[in-house]
Amino acid sequence: MQPELLTWLIPLPPLVAFGLIVLWASRSNRLSHTLAVGAMLVSWGLAMAVFAIALGRPHLGQDPIASSVAWLPTGATALRVGVLVDPLTAVTLFFVAWTCLAIFVYSIGYHNFCKPRDNQDRPGLPPHAGGIEPMYARFFAFISLFAFGMLTLVVSDNLLLLFIGWEIMGLCSYLLIGFWYGKESARKAMVKAFMTTRIGDVFMLLGLAALYSSTGTLNYREILYNEEVLTQLAQAASGVLGLSMAGLISLLLFLGTVGKSAQFPLHVWLPDAMEGPTPVSAMIHAATMVSAGVYLAVRFFPLLTAGWNEGSGLTLPMTIVAGVGAFTALFAATIAVAQNDVKRVLAYSTISQLGYMIAAVGIGAYVAAAFHLITHAFFKALLFLGSGSVIHGMEHGVHATHTHLDPQDMLQMGGLRRSMPVTFITFLIGGLALSGFPILTAGFWSKDEILAEAFGTGQWVVFGALGLAALLTAFYTMRQITLTFLGTPRTPAASHAHESVPTMTAPLVVLAAFAVGAGWVGIPDGFLGLHLPIPNWLHEFVGGTLLEHPEALPFHWVPLLTSVGVAGLGLLVGWWVYRKVPAGAADPLVAPLGPIHNLLRRKYYLDELYDALFVRPAYWLADRVSYRLIDRGLIDGFLHGVGRVALRVGAALRRWIDLPIVNGFGDFVGEGIKKTGRVFRLVQTGQVQGYLVVGLLFTGLLLSYFLLIRP
Amino acid sequence: MIPLTWYLALSAAVFCLGLYGVLGRRNAVAILMGIELMLNAVNINLVAFWRYLTPSLIAGQAFAIIIFAVAASEAAVGLALIISIYRSRSTVAAEDIDLMKW
Repeated sequence: MQPELLTWLIPLPPLVAFGLIVLWASRSNRLSHTLAVGAMLVSWGLAMAVFAIALGRPHLGQDPIASSVAWLPTGATALRVGVLVDPLTAVTLFFVAWTCLAIFVYSIGYHNFCKPRDNQDRPGLPPHAGGIEPMYARFFAFISLFAFGMLTLVVSDNLLLLFIGWEIMGLCSYLLIGFWYGKESARKAMVKAFMTTRIGDVFMLLGLAALYSSTGTLNYREILYNEEVLTQLAQAASGVLGLSMAGLISLLLFLGTVGKSAQFPLHVWLPDAMEGPTPVSAMIHAATMVSAGVYLAVRFFPLLTAGWNEGSGLTLPMTIVAGVGAFTALFAATIAVAQNDVKRVLAYSTISQLGYMIAAVGIGAYVAAAFHLITHAFFKALLFLGSGSVIHGMEHGVHATHTHLDPQDMLQMGGLRRSMPVTFITFLIGGLALSGFPILTAGFWSKDEILAEAFGTGQWVVFGALGLAALLTAFYTMRQITLTFLGTPRTPAASHAHESVPTMTAPLVVLAAFAVGAGWVGIPDGFLGLHLPIPNWLHEFVGGTLLEHPEALPFHWVPLLTSVGVAGLGLLVGWWVYRKVPAGAADPLVAPLGPIHNLLRRKYYLDELYDALFVRPAYWLADRVSYRLIDRGLIDGFLHGVGRVALRVGAALRRWIDLPIVNGFGDFVGEGIKKTGRVFRLVQTGQVQGYLVVGLLFTGLLLSYFLLIRP
Repeated sequence: MIPLTWYLALSAAVFCLGLYGVLGRRNAVAILMGIELMLNAVNINLVAFWRYLTPSLIAGQAFAIIIFAVAASEAAVGLALIISIYRSRSTVAAEDIDLMKW
């Protein structure tokens, strides 16, 4: 088959599965997950086929797999939609297909398929004693729709289709965060996520409109692979803050990324989104949807850097992007240090790592950003799925021991390595990859490349922030591993935890393989005197997406030593501090850090700040202005005024016109007829002979008139 | 030959008898008999006029026969009505049958 046709088909199977499950299959749990996983498997197969074709095509950058059709005619031109597989799409497709498939399979075990339905479980609440999820089919329908959105976004060849996929994912994120809608926290989290990302999306839509109005197209190739258009956009003044059109549009699009990829200051929704089921956290809020924001930033890298000469100082938009990314990376890493919820640590870690990629985009490290995007998707999905497995084990322990404790609190765990060996090993691999454990793990190569780029381009502030963030990352990761798996169980529930079912552990193993192996494609040339058969394959491949192939930086010892040093130091300190935390004790950092720890634990009070700055004023405005002043006062007041006037006019009309004239006439006619009838009815005696006599009389009269008087 | 006027006088006399019967009698059967008399008075007129004025045409006789038929039907229907009224109200007196009153 044509590779273009294959690409068109990639997003469709999950959509079909969604429709079938919603319309017909939702009664049968087995059929529902068979449809969803089967459809994902088909999409995965198509994606792998397209990926293989893309790899085999020489000069994929200049000659991508592309096809498009006219969709919406707009006068003389038409909005076109289509698919495009260039090197960036190919690698994104690869990791999206793998992580989605792994998470689909994992969901079967996570939602306790094969277990009987517990009669105490209610739809909208998590099953509390290991019974099957009451809304099992609904879950698979939603994640299928999500997979459709994500795959559409990836294979799209233009910003419009990307935006459609983007919004479908936003909807699914909303639905799945609130999957257990019986919990108030989940309902609040879903609204928060939707509202927060919406802020970014509005700006993104503005950027999309600005791009369309200034270039007349939304197609990637026509804008981003076109020297003429880029130069033109870079030279046109936008009239805002002295930015060029290119700068303004890329900043507007970047705000979409800030919302979707949870960058400061719109990051607040992602930690709360952990209210959803863990596969959702892994797929949507770690591996794919939040990566889509970074994908957008990477995709529009040529627009962001239009007018920038490699080697010279950063332009204003790039500085903003790099600043936001680096700040978020460090900022979220500090919060992660003080969180006790196993999933919240990972959520802040995700924000921090996404900040890494954004910072990389900002300093012009195109390939490094894409590289970290791929490796991060694998190991963060792995970590989330591992944490889901841990929570499952802990829930089992909590249920078995009849205790009441939070199964997500790391301080209640400990010693799980014995009872959950597969989860432990894979989580350890994921954690080491996240910390950037040297040489072995994928995270090391990608993180090292970002640090090397920051160092090589002379961005000392970014380099310092990212280095510090890497240190903290290693520290909190080791803290998490130590608290969860090492030592001895701190609660009876932890000692009763057990390993999860194979449908959950198998995806962990697959993702663990990628968490190690995915980094090997990007080993820099000349690393430690090492010369691979294809030196730095990823750089060559992904770099081909750009018009000008980015230069690979020469190898340098300082960033390498920095990344090895911070990873090693962070891991060691993390292990040393948390190696002996007794049961019931507080975090060992609470005493030395004092109020700072509290500040970190409460996430710098940003939620409270936003609550006071935006949420409460919005409620106040809604209540006082919209409801009381405008709605009740003005609109209702006007309506009531009109009503009152109408009542008066009506009363007057009734009194002066209706009653005397209309009614009077009607009554007069009726009464008159009645009176006349009362007189004439006397004639109606019922005596036929009487009538006949009258008839005879009149006949006689008529006859005498005609016979006697007329002639 | 007897002049036409005699027939007309006979007819008028029979008609007046019938009319008196219809208007003056209480018994409904007697009223029906009065109607028969009036119809037959008309028949005498018709036949007399035919015989004296247009003996070559048959219309006078045809009219007379139609009136016989009508009279017979009328007597049948009228008697049936009277029997029916008698069954429900136990009377054949015309002034007692006054349901059509206001």
